[in-house]
Amino acid sequence: MLKVPYVTNYLSEHFAEDDYPTLEGYLRRGGYAAARKAITQMTPDQVIDVVKASGLQGRGGAGFPTGLKWSFMPKTTDKPKYLACNADESEPGSFKDRILLERAPHKLLEGILIAAWATQAQTTFIYCRGEYAFPAAQLARAIDEAYAKGYLGKRVMGSRFSHEVVLMLGAGAYIAGEETGLLESLEGKMAKPRKKPPFPAEHGAFGMPTTVNNVETFCHVPHIIGNGAAWFKGFGTEKSPGTTIFGVSGHVVRPGLYELPLGTRLDEIVFEHAGGLSAGRKVKGVIPGGMSMPILPAGQLDVPMANEFLRERKTMLGTGGIMVMDDTTCMVRAGWVITYFFRDESCGQCTQCREGTGWMHKIFERIERGAGSRGDLEILLDVASKMDGQTICAFADAAAWPVQGLLRHFREDFEAHVSHGKCPFPQSFEL
Amino acid sequence: MVISAETRARIDLEIAKYPKRRGALLPTLHLVQEELGHISLDTAKEVAEIFAIAPVEVMEVVTFYNMFFDRPQGRHHVYVCTNLPCSLRGARGLLRELEKHLGVQTGETTPDGRITLGHEECLGACAYAPMMRIDGKYHEDLDVDEAKRIVDALR
Repeated sequence: MLKVPYVTNYLSEHFAEDDYPTLEGYLRRGGYAAARKAITQMTPDQVIDVVKASGLQGRGGAGFPTGLKWSFMPKTTDKPKYLACNADESEPGSFKDRILLERAPHKLLEGILIAAWATQAQTTFIYCRGEYAFPAAQLARAIDEAYAKGYLGKRVMGSRFSHEVVLMLGAGAYIAGEETGLLESLEGKMAKPRKKPPFPAEHGAFGMPTTVNNVETFCHVPHIIGNGAAWFKGFGTEKSPGTTIFGVSGHVVRPGLYELPLGTRLDEIVFEHAGGLSAGRKVKGVIPGGMSMPILPAGQLDVPMANEFLRERKTMLGTGGIMVMDDTTCMVRAGWVITYFFRDESCGQCTQCREGTGWMHKIFERIERGAGSRGDLEILLDVASKMDGQTICAFADAAAWPVQGLLRHFREDFEAHVSHGKCPFPQSFEL
Repeated sequence: MVISAETRARIDLEIAKYPKRRGALLPTLHLVQEELGHISLDTAKEVAEIFAIAPVEVMEVVTFYNMFFDRPQGRHHVYVCTNLPCSLRGARGLLRELEKHLGVQTGETTPDGRITLGHEECLGACAYAPMMRIDGKYHEDLDVDEAKRIVDALR
């Protein structure tokens, strides 16, 4: 089980209590009251209006407004409507959904129930990455408890609303976390993302209208319905309300999870909450939002962690996975690891991505070995620019952005490799 | 018939959960692999019959996903996460040490069939690096000695 966050807020306040993952423990702390309120006292449209008014943005990486997404589901249709919960957390640097699954499975189910009522969905498919055996087991037990109590299945909480939940385990593919890759995987196929349109709200899982939300996104919903949109907007910034669970990793004294309002400054998270770096070491760079997001150099950490501020620095919040690298770090090696990952995980259906991820990795390999030339840096930028925005899904963008970020801020590391004919950072982490 | 009647019954329970039969293909492959250790072409043919699809459609799914194997594996799977947060905290050095300790390269199985050593991309344990996943269980905050002890205890 993951360690409890060092800083907690409404999502994680009960995580240290052993019985919180159980139905009894969740009910004892007011659980399922918001779902009862939504289903018995509110119309589906009223629920959507509250979520829209709260300004909740998806926490899976793209930050799309959740209420708006729900409103795309067709109101008049003969087809069954579905929800999909994206529990395929695999963005490097991210482990927040894991703790929500482990320690708050009923909060997730309550959020799903409210979303199901709002969109009038008959079934939710929860797609959890296959490696998360323990988190999935915690969730499976919670689903059984909720069925036994009458909170899932026919006539939820004695109402006329019915809802089924199906938990599926993935089998190790980063791309299955992409919205439509996930739908393909749910249907028993290779997780190759679909062309859009049609969007999932029209043609989603098994061809039916479907809304896909991330685990954490669902977990905010009971708090919003229980306390109101104005309460939720009391956390975070005007444009990015609420908290999120930041994951801090890399060269810090206290790596771990921190639930903080959006808009908390990155330097506050790294130096105050995560304890800074070990004695004598300085920050070289920080990836602010999972590995797909461009890196920030040491001089740019005075940024509030919300998209409206991060965009000005050409990066994004992503999944809130913060990776800290100290002054021993070779940024060419970091790029080697990053491009290896994207080369490995490209699904291969778009040429720019399939070939581009491989080329970029080969160039990083060459530069790190000391066999690079000056022209290699321009080739890297050229390949990245031909991937970004040119493919079926955002994976190619996610592969190009970190490379562009590394060259934007650490070009001198690359040039030093080329002019020295070897890696000039002997103390850097081992490849 | 390589798939047992018991596994076949569990497959039918999975099929019942999905609006289209094929939705149960990944859960089925997990069940079949749990029983047989890997998914051979013969097994894939049998799975294909259950879903009324071509064997190649089963094999393309098997080979697309990292957790499915089309050939025999060691009794235990030892995977070290080598993604960036883990690499920053020494995961690649730890993997090299395990290679030496077990006398195999990453991706290989020990001659006695005891352990397949591998590396994986991010497993969501970034703050507790380096880490390894053994037969589905996470071992976090490792050092080389601790990792060797854990691996030596596998039979």
